[in-house]
Amino acid sequence: MTDTPLTKAAKATPPGVARKIKGLSDRAIAWIFVGPTLFLLLAINIFPLIWTIRLSFTDFKANRNREVEWIGLRNYERILTDSDIWLNMQATAHFLFWTIFFQVLIGFTLAYLINKKFKGNDLWTTIIVLPMMLSPAVVGNFWKFLYQPQIGLFNYIVGFFTGKDPSSFEMLGSVQLAPWSIVIVDTWMWTPFVMLICLAGLRSIPDYIYEAAEVDRASKLRQFFTITIPMILPFLMLAVLFRGIENFKMFDLVVQLTGGGPGSTTELTSINLKREAFEKWRTGYASAYAIILFVTVFGLASIYVKALNNVKER
Amino acid sequence: MSSYSVTEPGKRTKWVAGTLVILYAIITLIPLAWIMLTGFKSPSDAISYPPKVIFEPTLEGYVNLFTTRTRQTPEFLAANPPETWYEEIVRDYDMVIAGPSKFGERFLNSVIIGFGSTFLSIVLGTLAAYAFSRFKIPFADDLLFFILSTRMMPPIAVAIPIFLMYRQLGLSDTHLGMILLYTAVNISLAVWLLKGFIDEIPLEYEEAALIDGYTRFQAFYKVVLPQAATGIASTAIFCLIFAWNEYAFAVLLTSGTAQTAPPFIPTIIGVGGLDWPAVAAGATIFLLPVMIFTILLRKHLLRGITFGAVRK
Repeated sequence: MTDTPLTKAAKATPPGVARKIKGLSDRAIAWIFVGPTLFLLLAINIFPLIWTIRLSFTDFKANRNREVEWIGLRNYERILTDSDIWLNMQATAHFLFWTIFFQVLIGFTLAYLINKKFKGNDLWTTIIVLPMMLSPAVVGNFWKFLYQPQIGLFNYIVGFFTGKDPSSFEMLGSVQLAPWSIVIVDTWMWTPFVMLICLAGLRSIPDYIYEAAEVDRASKLRQFFTITIPMILPFLMLAVLFRGIENFKMFDLVVQLTGGGPGSTTELTSINLKREAFEKWRTGYASAYAIILFVTVFGLASIYVKALNNVKER
Repeated sequence: MSSYSVTEPGKRTKWVAGTLVILYAIITLIPLAWIMLTGFKSPSDAISYPPKVIFEPTLEGYVNLFTTRTRQTPEFLAANPPETWYEEIVRDYDMVIAGPSKFGERFLNSVIIGFGSTFLSIVLGTLAAYAFSRFKIPFADDLLFFILSTRMMPPIAVAIPIFLMYRQLGLSDTHLGMILLYTAVNISLAVWLLKGFIDEIPLEYEEAALIDGYTRFQAFYKVVLPQAATGIASTAIFCLIFAWNEYAFAVLLTSGTAQTAPPFIPTIIGVGGLDWPAVAAGATIFLLPVMIFTILLRKHLLRGITFGAVRK
């Protein structure tokens, strides 16, 4: 072995420094640190997605062991022309629209009130937040108990305030009421999320803007519409985006609450998808369905994010 | 007295706001309080009309939750007097306790899978977040967006191929399979939250450590990790709560050995239909830790929820 200047230098330097020279480059460390995460996401998110795309062009059934045939776009064709699926889409749209409407309305109002900084507001905020921390399936299950026509607390309270007979209506059993029953529970559960985001938004508005408005003799009402609302709008829109994506995927709460019934009045797309994939075992068909849903969420979300960025830039 | 400020709400405004918020909070609490009460009712009290607020509390629901029971003949019951307080409770129904129910096991599964996946998400997430925060990574923004976008997929959509994949690999209904799956779901949130926390730690600390002769690794775990401890803890709580609450994957991919509590609780059946007190008892035991956690750690949690949203 010949002594190169480098090895000479290495021998001459104390061990601590030598280790540093031998140590990995920053770039290697970066990849070692990011690698496992990317690998896991590729293995359990991206690879399955690609597999789903592949299955969506076949007539594969996961509970049978027979030759799989390529059937091209036939699954997609069948889904997009199926009127039942459009009914599920409508149920989902109804659920999405009204949950977001009520959550934004109540959530913003609560945030506005909490921002008045009354005494003990953080404790009460925490209590309001409790439902969103809980397991949606378990929540759905116990709301089913509250909604029981004869014995349920919900019917009793409604009856108490309206004078209606508590056994005269069924929240979960009636075609008219069932879609509202899931809206009520979701609103109870997720309003706090919108509230917290609005609260963060309200707290981010600097005081001096209001002080300046006060100097200009702007009325409180005017301040609300020209300062508070425009400043909070990006936050509200973000809250809507998050709730929209989450509720489009909604499964656990509703499946426990109504199971999609009565008939298919509350059969949201996710529940319908589960039925096709894991009860009827039409794997190929369900895969195509899954891809259509994913593309829908992704497409709507991207358009929405563009709109959101426009609002932010204004 | 502080000086007059235009942004400080008046006394009356505060009073009105406070009353309305407290009113809403109480309405929010009613369903939760009701389910906890129901856990201490007898089956007949649980389904009585009008709903009973005052009743004789019993631990029947809890006993039914944790045991399986069989009906016995009067002779058998007379020959074997009850030995414990819980035996005594089921004797009222001419039954004896046959053995423990599956609830204990399912609860333990929730604990193992919850903590296992949280640990893994935090380890992997912290490393990745540190790398994204401190090193130049090609296409960093795209990678970060990719990591986040994996959360947009409906769980059922991914469940089909994961179901097939797990069946092939022998991971269906195993703890390891569920831990890996929940880690994969949680890691996107973990990376995003943790990157935010690590971004806030001044770069100078590490540079000083590097000049002092620390290697990158040493600087990472001796300087950065302690600084990010609070952020790591609150991220961990989010991951834990997700894994604890998850239902869709659990119900599709587990059926026995690795089944967690959420798919199990709704299936608790008593004599003649759903045993509501036992279901309520199960829900209470399962939900209470999360509620206590939330109240105790409210400062960090509430910040964390909005953090991811507001940061971007």
